[in-house]
Amino acid sequence: MKLQDSLKTSIRGLQSNISRSLLTILGIVIGITAIILMMSMGKGAENLILNEIAGLGAETVVIRPGKEPSGPTDLGDTLFATSLKSRDLDALRKKSNVPHLITASPVLLVPGTVSFEGETYRATVMGGEAEFFANSFNIFPDRGALFGELEIRQNASVAVIGDKVATELFGLSDPLGEFIRVKDRKFRIVGIFPATGQVAFLNFDEMVIIPYTTAQQYLLGIDYFHEIITKADSPESVARTVQDIEATLREVHGIEDPEDDDFYVATQQGIVDQVQTILGALTVFLSSVVAIGLVVGGIGVMNIMLVSVTERTREIGLRKAIGATNKDILFQFLFEAVILTAIGGVIGIVLGASLSYILSIVISIGFGLNWGFVFPIFGAVLGIGMSTLVGLIFGIYPARKASLKSPIEALRYE
Amino acid sequence: MPLFELSHIEKKYPDGTHALRGISFSIEKGDFVSIMGPSGSGKSTLLHILGFLDDYTAGEFLFEGKRYRDYTPDEIAQVRNEKMGFIFQSFNLLSRATVFDNVMLPLLYSKVPQNERKETVLSAIESVGLSHRIEHMSSQLSGGERQRVAIARALVNNPNVIFADEPTGNLDSKSGEVIMDIICDLNKKKNHTVILITHETYTAEYAERIITIRDGLLEKEVAVENRKFGSGSFIK
Repeated sequence: MKLQDSLKTSIRGLQSNISRSLLTILGIVIGITAIILMMSMGKGAENLILNEIAGLGAETVVIRPGKEPSGPTDLGDTLFATSLKSRDLDALRKKSNVPHLITASPVLLVPGTVSFEGETYRATVMGGEAEFFANSFNIFPDRGALFGELEIRQNASVAVIGDKVATELFGLSDPLGEFIRVKDRKFRIVGIFPATGQVAFLNFDEMVIIPYTTAQQYLLGIDYFHEIITKADSPESVARTVQDIEATLREVHGIEDPEDDDFYVATQQGIVDQVQTILGALTVFLSSVVAIGLVVGGIGVMNIMLVSVTERTREIGLRKAIGATNKDILFQFLFEAVILTAIGGVIGIVLGASLSYILSIVISIGFGLNWGFVFPIFGAVLGIGMSTLVGLIFGIYPARKASLKSPIEALRYE
Repeated sequence: MPLFELSHIEKKYPDGTHALRGISFSIEKGDFVSIMGPSGSGKSTLLHILGFLDDYTAGEFLFEGKRYRDYTPDEIAQVRNEKMGFIFQSFNLLSRATVFDNVMLPLLYSKVPQNERKETVLSAIESVGLSHRIEHMSSQLSGGERQRVAIARALVNNPNVIFADEPTGNLDSKSGEVIMDIICDLNKKKNHTVILITHETYTAEYAERIITIRDGLLEKEVAVENRKFGSGSFIK
């Protein structure tokens, strides 16, 4: 029997029971849909995160206290580390220590809410240098001004707030010069940022920036920083700057062996690599879960094919009686399984891509994120390949069983 | 050289049933032979062996002068496809396929070129008088019509031999007569060798020779004196 005839025969066989054929591939459809959805969403998330990281600028170098976390269990050590202090900031700012460093600004996160006359809003309160944020992201207040060196030195209770914070707390009235409350301390609003949305993980609209000294002394009662954000003078000098920062901090902290470092330095490229490693590992993990799903789907196909072979025993007997060889019968049933699962794969790809497209729109509109739809070409090829392979693997047993039937016994089957 | 030559053929099933206990006879090309016998006599087993559908356990069986045992499995399938046509008591049509597709079935396994197939199928369907039913599903046909489709399927590859296993068993007498008319015509006009299994003497008398089997042994082999002939109105 020619290949073309084998394929036609298999397609006719499937057409004769369309509803069962479709039910058979349900497991495969769900499996492949999950793969495509996962890969597309994973890629979308990766693009979003990478774009945000790119917003930091290639020359940004972040110093964090504690040991570099190598897994989720280490995160606690980093969060509660207290090793970055003012002496470090002073040492880093010395040109002779880190020649290519142009700026270094400490950052503190203050948990809690801000309020004004009974109105409360859960803003992101950061202790830092307002000028650093404004210059780094090129966002300047459209009303009022930034606080400067003087306010930082004086531990002044001043704040620059984002557009959404202003709207939520003050409505249409002008917040400039008004006092908002953060953790029982009043802060005078000296500047308001225009609406900008999300930039490099920071939503400026929801931010309240206060002097880091004030945050340390009056709100948190600590003498250390949560991180120090620095900038090198060019992307090319980032590697050198990282070395200089490490050498300087080791000297200040009296560390000789880098293994004993109580801080770590992250560059934009480092963060990109880390994000890609994490997302890659996550994709591999989820893919293996889906692969198990596909195996279950394959077993479903095998079961239905076995039922089909039993139901069509007389047909097999007849085909053999009129000249079909064992190979012809084997291919007929194998093709049926492969065609079924391949169709399942195609439906899964279309369904997965459609769902992913809809979700990308929902995320973009619902969360205000710049989330783009990505069609995972590799995922689609993988989906077709895997579904076909599942058909081939799980179709062999029923097909072989069919091909080995004796024509006489098959014809006598009731 | 006889078309079929059997000597001391035995068939013993694994459960110990001795279906054939040593049968010898031969059939020439163009013969019309009826095999008769009571239920359980071994006539169906004999037909299956003659039709390359089953193996025997002892004796010697030659088809066209070649020992059955010398055929490879693929050659056996090829002989069934090209040289033999089967008509079963229960028709054995694909119920979800049209008349055309059912008759086409043997051609799918044959070497008949793609462009000749349609014409061959149409001509086979026409010869059994079912041209008006081509696109009907086989499940929509009457018993007599289904058997005519089965005959068209059996002769579409222009085989040397047509095996008919109780072809009228499931039909009313009128439809049965039509079927026998067609089978007679195939033998008379097209010179197909016909081997007919039946337990009805009336049907067996269409053949020129009747072989009677009992308890797995050949009881008698007689020529039919008042042989019946069909109306001759089917096969041209």
